[in-house]
Amino acid sequence: MSDPMVWLIFFVLAVFVGIEVISKVSSTLHTPLMSGANAIHGVILVGAIIAAGTATTTPVLVLALIAVVLASINLAGGFVVTDRMLRMFAGRKELRSRGPSTGSGR
Amino acid sequence: MITPTWVQFGYLVVAVCFILALKGLSSPKTARRGNLIGAAGAVVAVVIVFFAAPLDHVLPILLAIAVGTAIGVIGANRVKMTGMPQLVALFNGVGGGAAAIIALVELGALADHHPPAFDLIATAFTILVGSISFAGSIVTFLKLQEWMTTRPVTFLGYPIAYVACLVAALGAAVGVVLVPSVAVGGLLTLLGLALGVLLVLPVGGADVPIVISLLNAFTGLSVAATGYVFENLLLLVAGTLVGAAGTLLTILMARAMGRSLFSTLFGALRGGSTLG
Repeated sequence: MSDPMVWLIFFVLAVFVGIEVISKVSSTLHTPLMSGANAIHGVILVGAIIAAGTATTTPVLVLALIAVVLASINLAGGFVVTDRMLRMFAGRKELRSRGPSTGSGR
Repeated sequence: MITPTWVQFGYLVVAVCFILALKGLSSPKTARRGNLIGAAGAVVAVVIVFFAAPLDHVLPILLAIAVGTAIGVIGANRVKMTGMPQLVALFNGVGGGAAAIIALVELGALADHHPPAFDLIATAFTILVGSISFAGSIVTFLKLQEWMTTRPVTFLGYPIAYVACLVAALGAAVGVVLVPSVAVGGLLTLLGLALGVLLVLPVGGADVPIVISLLNAFTGLSVAATGYVFENLLLLVAGTLVGAAGTLLTILMARAMGRSLFSTLFGALRGGSTLG
């Protein structure tokens, strides 16, 4: 797996997947999508945990633990704030669609 | 470092979760579910890494995760709706900062072992782009929070300073590859921070969301490069997904606002101001 060519293939395929999956995004969802993508790169936490877990000197451990804190903020905060944004969107849509005759339906 | 098969499989599942998350987030009906799928994937990823290989310092790590999660969740719950974009900028910045720190630490570990050039290139890339993203995001945060002027900021000699900084940073990046040491890496970090500030200063307030999206893509790419150095498939795929989707999203956002990405970033330099 350490062959750079294999990693290049993963990289190129992931580029196409990343472009393809969001190519039809509606413009109202630009901000939540940015926020959600931002949360996903918080998975750098995995790298921070590995760096901290394999640290052999104190300065390295301290730096890596700082990275763990920062990455956790990114990951947890990112998903929570995205969910809040989307809940607001849903709330707004409900208000708009709540006409006199469609009181029960969403 | 040989990764067990079950770990690779687990990472694949998480990567699929992230793809479904992005897919879900691009349609109003499925957006919330998509975000939750992404969050579930992230939890699985963090659990897997603790069992993938023996780790030291497990207790401090768990404590650090608890602290970071608490800060992130409390911040995300308390922020007002109008404050959300700058919070996202801040989250993006700390993610980029984390990537840069990890790359610096890894550079220290690699330096003594005659590492392959590709590893050093990826490390230099992460340090540079991660610190650009960190500093740039902090400035966008300050602008949106109106703790500094939201007008485009330029000064006499700005283009010269920008180009000089860019050339110096690229030089330091080459330096990291040729003479791997933490000192050169530290210099690269400082130049990256300066570049991040210079990149965002001339951007006007209304254009800032476009730049946040661009910096978001930057952080994604630096995460992908970290994945290459760590031989971690999940980081590579997740980072690349965000890098690619974020780049496209940046272009789409600029188009929706009737702006070109180029004039957003460099418009102030040509005399015509970016939207203030």
